[in-house]
Amino acid sequence: MSVTEMFSYIQGFLSADQDIREDIRKVVQVLEQTAREILTVLQSVHQPTGFKDIPCKCLKARELFCTVRTHTGELKTKFPVEQYYRYHEHWRFVLQRLAFLAAFVVYLESESLVTREEVANILAIEVDREKGFHLDVEDYLAGVLILASELSRLAVNSVTAGDYGRPLRISNFINELDSGFRLLNLKNDPLRKRYDGLKYDVKKIEEVVYDLSIRGLAKEQETEGDK
Amino acid sequence: MSKREGEGCVRKRKTDVQKSEDCINPDSHVIAAFKVFQQELDTKHDKHERLVKISRDVTIESKRTIFLLHRVTSVPDVEEILNEADVKLDGVRQKIGQIAEELRGEDLHQFHRAFTPGIQEYVEAVSFHHFIKHRTLISLEEINARLVFMRDEQKTKGDSEVMWTGPCVLTFQVTPTDYLLGVADLTGELMRMCITSVGNGDMDTPFQLSTFLREIHDGFSYIGNTGPYEVSKKLHTLRQSLGKVEDACYTLHVRGSEIPKHMLADVFSSRAAHLDPDDTMA
Repeated sequence: MSVTEMFSYIQGFLSADQDIREDIRKVVQVLEQTAREILTVLQSVHQPTGFKDIPCKCLKARELFCTVRTHTGELKTKFPVEQYYRYHEHWRFVLQRLAFLAAFVVYLESESLVTREEVANILAIEVDREKGFHLDVEDYLAGVLILASELSRLAVNSVTAGDYGRPLRISNFINELDSGFRLLNLKNDPLRKRYDGLKYDVKKIEEVVYDLSIRGLAKEQETEGDK
Repeated sequence: MSKREGEGCVRKRKTDVQKSEDCINPDSHVIAAFKVFQQELDTKHDKHERLVKISRDVTIESKRTIFLLHRVTSVPDVEEILNEADVKLDGVRQKIGQIAEELRGEDLHQFHRAFTPGIQEYVEAVSFHHFIKHRTLISLEEINARLVFMRDEQKTKGDSEVMWTGPCVLTFQVTPTDYLLGVADLTGELMRMCITSVGNGDMDTPFQLSTFLREIHDGFSYIGNTGPYEVSKKLHTLRQSLGKVEDACYTLHVRGSEIPKHMLADVFSSRAAHLDPDDTMA
């Protein structure tokens, strides 16, 4: 094979690769758009008025996740399934956002941590690499960490809205998350960087809980709840 | 600290404060899930580490092979060196076999970053070897064809059950990008080979090299910026190498007839150092 032939073969390979990347980028753009819409819907829980109809907002978000499912289905067809990690960078960010949004919805509904399987279900993708387009553990964990900082914000805003019970529940949840993350041996990678931010979220929520308890507000809420 | 984990401060306060510290239920489903993640991540990181290690070994051995091959210009018995290099490259291939084994059932691209430097160096060494032998560019298929490994699988678990026996074929595929980057590195070696061969009074090799390098340069210009970012970075170095070789050929052509052969070495040793044509005749 001559040098020229060799190079034109490789050039062919490279432009095919670029075409695939172009296709992926288009779908990912749409996914990002939908993710932003879901975020907008969920953001309104921070409004004082938003606390009342959380279930309604979750329902709306769930509906939007249907659109996400069609797009992830589309994304799957854009590249050979065994080359997931070759193009991973293109959808890594949006997948983390979507994992966060799914986790947020599930938290608002049931105040529990979404499992990886549930996220995969909501996004209509797989958990195991062998089965096709899947959710990488690191992306799932990154999504959970985004949730933590969102919840620390929610704790602050729920106090403003007069809901004194929620910060306590968030505090329990985040502490459990924190001890979960402490089990992991993270390398010096983006996930680790994000995990380093978790302690500030924990701190923030503890401050909120502290403020509530020295004023007796937390207790008041609880006895109210007991009645 | 009771507020940390308590499901309600009132209840918590009744229990022992010390106890509340580790009151995060060890068998809560969140902790259980994270234990699974821990295992998964550790397995992945371990594999990555092992691959990096093998890749470094591949790099070192390939570099040594290249140094060895540079000696062909000054030694009478080329065959001997080529054979020695063959043996070395076989050793490198064994190591790549280990990479292939690690990657069995995995996504090659997930761990690509761990071993790409080694593979590029191997491409460089093997294509250098091939060039010295055949004066042509080794193709990607030829490289991949040699990275097929037979493994005798006899995994016996206990005594009774044999997982599977008999030979098992493992392949390793060099990606076109790694190939391309390896070839780009090759041009640097060719430039060095050109300069040293002139030093030894070899008048043919430099011209062969300049033709070959020009072909490769044209190839890279054809790819241009459609390739990955690293390729365009290497293109600059490639231009410099080509320039040096072309200058050398120019000097040989213009002055070759004037300078007695035994003095060529002096001419080029100063040329290679300064790349300033005016100094050479001083």
